Amino acid sequence: MQRAATFSAARLVFRRDLMLAWRRWDEVTQPLIFYVVVTTLFPLATTPDLSELQKISGGVVWVAALLSSLLALESLFRSDVEDGTMEQWVLSGQPLGWLLLAKVASHWVLTGLPLVVMSPIVGTALGLPFDAWGTLMLSLLLGTATLSVLGGIGAALTVGVRRGSVLLSLLVLPLAMPLLIFGSRAVTMVMDGDSPSGPLQLLAAIFFLTLSLGPLAMAAAIRISVES
Amino acid sequence: MTMWTWLHKFASPPHAYRLLGTLAPWFGWPALGLILLAAWWGLVKAPADYQQGDAFRILYVHAPSAWMSMFTYVVMAVAAGIGLVWRIKLAHAAAAAAAPIGASFTFLALATGSIWGKPMWGTWWVWDARLTSELILLFLYLGYMALRASFDDPQRADRASAVLAIVGVINVPIIHYSVEWWTTLHQPASVTKLDKPSIDIAMLIPLFIMIAGFQLYFGWAICRRLRGEILRRERNASWLKEAR
Repeated sequence: MQRAATFSAARLVFRRDLMLAWRRWDEVTQPLIFYVVVTTLFPLATTPDLSELQKISGGVVWVAALLSSLLALESLFRSDVEDGTMEQWVLSGQPLGWLLLAKVASHWVLTGLPLVVMSPIVGTALGLPFDAWGTLMLSLLLGTATLSVLGGIGAALTVGVRRGSVLLSLLVLPLAMPLLIFGSRAVTMVMDGDSPSGPLQLLAAIFFLTLSLGPLAMAAAIRISVES
Repeated sequence: MTMWTWLHKFASPPHAYRLLGTLAPWFGWPALGLILLAAWWGLVKAPADYQQGDAFRILYVHAPSAWMSMFTYVVMAVAAGIGLVWRIKLAHAAAAAAAPIGASFTFLALATGSIWGKPMWGTWWVWDARLTSELILLFLYLGYMALRASFDDPQRADRASAVLAIVGVINVPIIHYSVEWWTTLHQPASVTKLDKPSIDIAMLIPLFIMIAGFQLYFGWAICRRLRGEILRRERNASWLKEAR
């Protein structure tokens, strides 16, 4: 009974956020444009030579994806905390972690998934070979999902803070460094002709660890932000 | 039951303030003695390394600070966890007091590592696994202190930064091993091998004395800083008039 109510509440949160994003489309597209702009910077700063760029293409795509998902995270909880919705969720008696996870999931569908879909195009512009597409997308799929939860913790902690966006990056980027290491290493390995399963499995392990413990931390952080 | 009454008595600011004041010299003087002894032993008495010559002697500052940087993070996270679970303000204050000490140790480890790297590797900075994870640890400390500083309400700062410290301490091993895996240029850890340490025992003894000295120094510093933290938080309390 209780569980059914929790799932339907989480589903409602998920659908509500998708609908809200549908009506304010620019918040979804802006991080994507930022993603493309950042990747354009690297050839300009280094070299237009595709064979040179190919060596760093996996890393560049990953760094750009990391930065643009951080950019999108800042506003994750802000409006809900400001208009009192979050307070109602805290008081609703439903497990707060589940509701927040649903919110993060819809956020990931809106910001993480488009990055994953765009990444082969961006990668190809940097000379990424076709063989590496699958690995790049799979690594980004796991990586952006993990980052959404990690960033959700950061966003929950900084929701009521002045200059929250800089602080958010400062808090989340060091925690996201293992993702960057494994993700770009997987792409490099497949370009060198090795099997990328090692780093991909480690990425999956980090994803499941974050997925299981992250909502607890997010709920604790939101409670602190709302109660005081 | 008695433990709880004891804990609550200890955790009351006036009592803790007095106790920390009495404890501090018991940490401070032995720390000074041990650090001086280890410095003399390590810099003068210990034999020079057959490969690195006298340059290896910076190890006596580098390794203990690297050890203390991680030790302090764990202390900070445990204190933050205690504060979060049992709502003990003193534990939060201890976490707040520990963070700058840990950041300083991390910075010291980075600086000495880079000075050591100049004669050994020929450059000031090498993207080697352990230096890089120290650098990320410094970022974690800075993030923690930045989050704490960004709240006006001390209680909220305490609890929010406590969540961050706990998330951080779960991530520290992941970061450490991912960086390790990312590159392994550094010589493998030679002290933690318990069966047969690969550095000579004559070099090892001063290192352990130095680590003990650093630990005691940490005890002294946390006593002093925690007293300062209590003063800052209780600046309007009436008990301060009688305390000294």
